[in-house]
Amino acid sequence: MGKVLNIQPVTRIEGHARIAVHLDDAGNVENAYMSLMSLRGFEKFIEGRPAEEVPRIVNRICGICPWMHHTAGNKAVDGCFGVTPTETGQKLRELLQVMAHINDKILHFFFLAAPDFVLGPDADYSVRNVIGVVKAAPELATQVVKMRQLGQMMIDRFAGKAIHPVAAVVGGFSKPLPEAERQAMLRDTRTLLDFSLYALDFAKNNVFSKYLGAINQLGVITTGFLGTVDPADGSLRLFDGRQRLMKADGSYVDFDGADYLDYLGEHVEPWGYGKMPYARSWNEGFSLDLDAPKGIYRANTLARINVCDKISTPHAQAALEEFRAAFGRPAQATLLYHYARLIELIYACERTMELLNWDGITDTDVRAKVEPKAGRGVGIVEAPRGTLIHDYHTDADGCIASANLIVGTTHNIGPMNMSVKQAATSLIKDGHYDQGILNKVEMAVRAYDP
Amino acid sequence: MGVTTALEWLSSCSGCEIAVLNIGEALVPLLTEHLDIVHAPVIMDHKYYGQCGDEGEHLQIPEAVVGIVTGGVANEEHLEVLEEMRKKCKILIALGSCATQGGIPALMNGQDSGESFDAIYRTSSTDPGASRPDQSVPKLLERTYALDEKVKIDLQLPGCPPNPAHIAEVIISLLENREPVLPTKSVCDTCPTRREGKGSVSKVKRYVENVEFDPDKPISEMRCLLEQGFMCMGPVTAAGCAKYGAPSCIEARVPCRGCFGPVRPDGNQLLDMMNALASNGIDTKSVVDRRSILRFSGAHGNLRPKKKAAVKEEA
Repeated sequence: MGKVLNIQPVTRIEGHARIAVHLDDAGNVENAYMSLMSLRGFEKFIEGRPAEEVPRIVNRICGICPWMHHTAGNKAVDGCFGVTPTETGQKLRELLQVMAHINDKILHFFFLAAPDFVLGPDADYSVRNVIGVVKAAPELATQVVKMRQLGQMMIDRFAGKAIHPVAAVVGGFSKPLPEAERQAMLRDTRTLLDFSLYALDFAKNNVFSKYLGAINQLGVITTGFLGTVDPADGSLRLFDGRQRLMKADGSYVDFDGADYLDYLGEHVEPWGYGKMPYARSWNEGFSLDLDAPKGIYRANTLARINVCDKISTPHAQAALEEFRAAFGRPAQATLLYHYARLIELIYACERTMELLNWDGITDTDVRAKVEPKAGRGVGIVEAPRGTLIHDYHTDADGCIASANLIVGTTHNIGPMNMSVKQAATSLIKDGHYDQGILNKVEMAVRAYDP
Repeated sequence: MGVTTALEWLSSCSGCEIAVLNIGEALVPLLTEHLDIVHAPVIMDHKYYGQCGDEGEHLQIPEAVVGIVTGGVANEEHLEVLEEMRKKCKILIALGSCATQGGIPALMNGQDSGESFDAIYRTSSTDPGASRPDQSVPKLLERTYALDEKVKIDLQLPGCPPNPAHIAEVIISLLENREPVLPTKSVCDTCPTRREGKGSVSKVKRYVENVEFDPDKPISEMRCLLEQGFMCMGPVTAAGCAKYGAPSCIEARVPCRGCFGPVRPDGNQLLDMMNALASNGIDTKSVVDRRSILRFSGAHGNLRPKKKAAVKEEA
């Protein structure tokens, strides 16, 4: 009889998970699992609710990315009620959704992931955290706290609530953007863009170059990828566009979000509450076998950076070109999620500037006329953690009859399990393990920002 | 050394943790000088079963003076963590409406949760034959509980999310060994909108059109949303959300949905709201889906599965 190492809770992630590493008698890894421990049941308890209320209920799926659920939910209800939002309403939704990406990426890279790189993966757990980073690099840390707060407050001031928002509504947006607010946002976003360019430089010089060995080994697996691109030119999109499902060999198919059931399915294992999406359209079934995975693709930053043909904004495009020259397309190394995250941070700042500079953004025609009725709507946005799908049916009263949700993080549950197994198997040998080694196994999870 | 502090999250979304971060720069000295965080899964790597996951059968959290718990109690692990936090912390704080009143996840208390959780694994996208996971996962409780239904809580700070200024006030008051100064009244008491007295509203409207307001004028010139005929739960909701001079949702020109829970902790937002509407001559039957008035306060037995007969009656 071997034993089980119970890494619980998985820490510096944004949810509840546990890693179980099963060792054989010789102390080598027999198997390793990462299980999601929580189940709340949003798909069921939104049934019967008036659909226009649902975007302000489903935002509670995630307090870190509430704007993603809020906007995807609104798009789905638009579909149910057959309403086309006003152009300004739709652009205001995108503005806030893209702004929310800015804070999310700063939060993840600097607050959650950075301790492993700044203090080192083997540092004692009592200092290997954001407080340790503040003590080790006070100037950088103070700047990071300021920048995240700046991004968060420009949302909060205008929309009333940055966390669990209410300002996107079926048919558009609840209020127009005043000119003074637009100017303040432009000023703050310029500051954030400067910071994001600095952040990528900092990471290239102090993280990615230093940890190149780890990047090429830790949690590395080979999979396909899912993201969203502009239907016209294949460029990166976060708010809307067509979904692109890429195989590991780089070939891909684009599809309309409403047809997602033809391409994606969800596999269920008995050892974790998270459902595991996979590429049903590849007709190869589902397998987490490290050497021959079946149906497995990844989502989130690295996936989006891999599937897009280009990025429509200049600084992010330059960063993408440099990334591709170094790592190819599609890049498979798991720790590159962090690199891709910082490229997207730059894009999110640049896209926010574009939207703020659009003439119609302060227009007062923010909400179209809406009438509750029966219908179906599929709302999709790219959440920080992956392609987010809200699919609702409404009854004749415009209340939710049924709902199906595929949440960003879940696309990566299968791949995270593969990365955990890969990392554990390569790091734990002949019964030798310590807290630093087990932290490296967690780093393979942290890269996915679950 | 600072005051030892442990943080935990149960059936939650991380929004309360982001609200803590939104304290902003003032958080830096709190974290580095005044508090000594000994356990907090979201930011630090202390583990339940030893740092190598090979120690003991029961989860361990270090002793701390202050414990802060977010989220409600929905499964056996949540209960075990909460009981351990109570055992190890001198002062236990329930942070956020899930912890104080059940919050959004307690909407599940309004239906047969067993059937519903099974149905989550039989949707249009799940593989045929899939069933609810039952290995290596904590067993779900029969319903979602607020923390004070399970252990003694020393301080309740509701909100979805809670107000960062009030989180800071609670922490600072503990450091200064005094009572925190927190709001006690209703959302309406903090709302600057213009009230003209009882209007001619006889039914409430669904929120499918924007409220009436002049974007160039301050909120104090906008008419009260209840008087405009919208369901607005300000009268029956605890104050605390206002950050820029008006309640947060009113700031967005959107009616309140009650996310800070009832004004008195043992109040019932559904009964209170029905009374408020009825006393203003408004037909309470015009509220579509009345049970979702309890969407933030479904714990404490407030939301229960509909009885079969009641389903018929309401239909």
